[in-house]
Amino acid sequence: MTPERKIRIMVAKPGLNGHDRGAKIIARGFRNAGFEVIYTGLHQTPEQIVAAAIQEDVDGIGLSSLAGAHDYLFPRVVELLKEKGADDIMVFGGGIIPEEDIPKLREAGIRGIFGPGTPIEEAVNWVRQNIKPKK
Amino acid sequence: MSLAEKILRGDIRAASRLMRDIDDRMPSAMEELKKIYSKTGNAYIIGITGPPGSGKSTLVDKTVEILRKERKTVGIVAVDPTSPFTGGAILGDRIRMQRHSIDDGVFIRSLATRGSLGGISRSTSDIIKVMDAMGKDIIIVETVGVGQDEVDIVNTAHTSVVVLVPGSGDDIQAIKAGILEIGDIFVINKCERQGADRLEMELKATLEMGPKREDGWMPLIFKTEALLGKGIFELVYGIYRHREKLLACDYLEKKIFERTKWEFLCILDSELRDTIVERLEKDKRLDKIIDDLKRRKANPYSIVEKILEGELKGSS
Amino acid sequence: MFRNDHLKTIGDEEKKWTEDLSKILSEIPERLSRFSTISDMEIKGLYTPKDIQYLDYSRDIGFPGIYPFTRGIQPSMYRGKIWTMRMFSGLGGPEETNRRFHYLLKHGETGLSIAFHYPTLMGYDSDSPMARGEIGKCGVAVDTLKDMEILLEGIPLDKVTTSMTINPPASILLAMYIVVAEKQKVSKSQIGGTIQNDMLKEFIAQKTLMLPPKPSMRLIVDTVEYCTKEVPRWNTISISGYHIREAGSTAVQELAFTLADGIAYVAAALERGLEVDDFAPRLSFFFDSHIDFFEEIAKFRAARRIWARVMKERFRAKNPRSWMLRFHTHTAGCSLTAQQPYNNVMRTAYEALAAVLGGTQSLHTNSLDEVYSIPTEEAAAIALRTQQILSEETGVTNTIDPLAGSYFIEALTNRIEAEALEYIQKIDTMGGMLAAIERGYPQMEIAEAAYHYQKLIDEGKKVVVGVNKYATDHPPITIWKMDPEIERRQLKRLREVKEMRNGQKVRDHLNKLRGAAEGNENLMPYIVNAVREYATLQEICDVFREVFGTYTDPGMF
Ligand SMILES: Nc1nc2c(ncn2[C@@H]2O[C@H](COP(=O)(O)OP(=O)(O)OP(=O)(O)O)[C@@H](O)[C@H]2O)c(=O)[nH]1
Ligand SMILES: [Mg+2]
Repeated sequence: MTPERKIRIMVAKPGLNGHDRGAKIIARGFRNAGFEVIYTGLHQTPEQIVAAAIQEDVDGIGLSSLAGAHDYLFPRVVELLKEKGADDIMVFGGGIIPEEDIPKLREAGIRGIFGPGTPIEEAVNWVRQNIKPKK
Repeated sequence: MSLAEKILRGDIRAASRLMRDIDDRMPSAMEELKKIYSKTGNAYIIGITGPPGSGKSTLVDKTVEILRKERKTVGIVAVDPTSPFTGGAILGDRIRMQRHSIDDGVFIRSLATRGSLGGISRSTSDIIKVMDAMGKDIIIVETVGVGQDEVDIVNTAHTSVVVLVPGSGDDIQAIKAGILEIGDIFVINKCERQGADRLEMELKATLEMGPKREDGWMPLIFKTEALLGKGIFELVYGIYRHREKLLACDYLEKKIFERTKWEFLCILDSELRDTIVERLEKDKRLDKIIDDLKRRKANPYSIVEKILEGELKGSS
Repeated sequence: MFRNDHLKTIGDEEKKWTEDLSKILSEIPERLSRFSTISDMEIKGLYTPKDIQYLDYSRDIGFPGIYPFTRGIQPSMYRGKIWTMRMFSGLGGPEETNRRFHYLLKHGETGLSIAFHYPTLMGYDSDSPMARGEIGKCGVAVDTLKDMEILLEGIPLDKVTTSMTINPPASILLAMYIVVAEKQKVSKSQIGGTIQNDMLKEFIAQKTLMLPPKPSMRLIVDTVEYCTKEVPRWNTISISGYHIREAGSTAVQELAFTLADGIAYVAAALERGLEVDDFAPRLSFFFDSHIDFFEEIAKFRAARRIWARVMKERFRAKNPRSWMLRFHTHTAGCSLTAQQPYNNVMRTAYEALAAVLGGTQSLHTNSLDEVYSIPTEEAAAIALRTQQILSEETGVTNTIDPLAGSYFIEALTNRIEAEALEYIQKIDTMGGMLAAIERGYPQMEIAEAAYHYQKLIDEGKKVVVGVNKYATDHPPITIWKMDPEIERRQLKRLREVKEMRNGQKVRDHLNKLRGAAEGNENLMPYIVNAVREYATLQEICDVFREVFGTYTDPGMF
């Protein structure tokens, strides 16, 4: 019996926008794919998200944003993870993100960016391929 | 440095990694647990159980607020069910407590049941130990409120709190006898609703009629409106009173003895089984045994007997 | 509606047609094994008089302007007056938004609609840490009366009506509007407009949350009571289905949950001791117009009929104005695609047409770039022109409720009505909407529907052009970007206002407000006094938060 790591993902909604349709759909999609999903709820500050991710020892954080505040909030999460020495936790994001913002976000360390209309399956597969199991 | 050493020096990441290893059943986790075991046994453990949606997480959130004002550090283990169909889970208890996540004195960990019954996860008691080793004064365990057998919480906690809600069909008749026996403290949450007083009266009468407890403790009943933080202060002091009572009558010692024994037997149980199964699987003996059983060429009782004889001899 | 012998003949003919059809289908099958609306409601290939045989024209359809208003609430509908073209706008600071208002009015817009930025919506000032990264991004920043004065500069408040999309702090923005009018020498009794002020749908769907449900209801009833006496032309609650739909509900759920919210508000106001006919005429509604054309039209018609009956039969309202469901429509933001954004112009046009054929009283049409950001001026102008083409070129306004009597439309109207009533009844047995929300019932129904729809798209069973079919690369379009200078200007102004106002007076008024909040007086007069002295939005909200506690979404799945 070799023990197998269960994938643990945090789904978080930073910022004041409360539209959680996308976050809820992806959380369900991840659960149905057999992941453990820690859902933080709405209106989270980057500080809260990072503290929670560390306490939960997740493999990745999926951020959802629909209100244009991603350009501040997403990079801030990555920055705080670095500060806490937890940058092995992968950050990816989804929502409405204009094409022109994508290079900046990638540079800031957001590993995956899923635009509107991304099928659930695609996000699930991306996680499976990109999450390195913890040692 | 090993995870255990780091944890004892206050490294949060190490603590949460060990919890992960425990939950994922990594063999290394047991090595680390061996190293922290002697540093545990200091935290006071409170279990909270009750039907789904009764307000357990909200109560935990408000309780933590009071404990933090008293400068007590807190660990929280919140258990939610694993989906039996997909093996996945959405762990949402944390939502109600998220405001405490940036407080260094609070550590919240969400767990999925991963197939275990009893309202808590198989890893719960080991994860409690990690929090204990981290130096948390109080550890709160929120169980899954699926109406399964919640008795495991009694073995895990020093004080068990049972949450009920008025007018939701769980009036006294509907409440399983079991749940009445496990509660040291009863909370009638959402007490702003109709029927709270009636539920309190009925509960009181039933508890008074019930068999006297070994420790002589008469369960306390509190009415709360967790959403607005009403009645929480009283609840916290009720928990302290229970603790004092346990201490005063030496019952705490007995409880801890029972708890330690239960835990030891659990570990013995799972380790024995895992070890033996692993050995049987290694040389494909397991398949052959099952095959023999299927064809009725052997019976399971004799085989287990034989294995135990062999294994115990071999290992001692 | 049909004679029995006639129905029998139709039945026989239909049978024959079905036989012929199945012969053809055995050779060339239909394109899909199942045809359904975007809400996944199954639709038959043909509707006949048999599908509406129990419909009674006078009882169920009737005449426009007459109970149960299935055909519309005014006797002359668009032959008398075109719907109000009200474009939801708010961008950056009050200066930019004021400029956009004047631009739209110059291009023929007939009413204003203010979009506030997130910090204002949630009761935070621009200088709060919660506002970091959000200032002026999805709407206009309003912190104090000063911002409101700039925002409404040069707008005659006795002539133009204004809709404000604002919920937890609705009473505060209304108070600011009243004081700006005062300064223009326009009295409270002359101004007209709407505050959204609909917290129930926030708990259900949009999650702009501040206070727990009960005190939220109190604040809402306070505004209803105050306006009934003091601001008679103000629409006190805009009971909204839009956000419920955008969160992923079906059309039936949108309708049912919205009307159930309406029922809860009426009940709460009655409990306060108000007379139904005094406040009910000032309740208005706000729906989504999604891309499924006929489903939407039927939804709007069913909405009027249900509400009329609820008000007359359940709440015993006597004034016909209390029975009328007046509504604003916003074309579906969630139907827009980031891919191939020019297609959004077409989507919006069809959705606007459905709203008009459904008898809307006012309309916002989305701009093609709205998926990304606040629309540019050009994009907003195209959206406005879409409405003007509809009203002045297409001829759809020539006659009233032109689709009435269509076997399909009437059958669909009946079906949506019946399914919505089923939901409403279920919510009633739970003890009303507040209790249902507490259980997470509407939230979980919506989450389920949203997931189901996403699955249909992922499996290709529903098509979104440019997304899961006909996808191509497209060159990026220009989108509106906020000048970072706006944020600095906003923070500077807030600082200056705080320095220049009379701090003692502000504190006094906030203390009085706190006292009133702890008791059970109507809070509106206290809020008006506080904003007049330039108390900030957050200062007032903080008083509420202190007295009533805060609320976070329980996140139900
Ligand atoms: N009216 C009222 N609602 C409450 C009260 N306490 C909690 N709630 C609400 O009840 C719902 C469930 O609360 P939780 O704290 O998540 O309950 P739980 O028992 O932890 O739920 P599970 O973990 O899902 O079993 C939430 O919407 C709370 O806001 C209360 O005293 N009164
Ligand atoms: Mg819980």
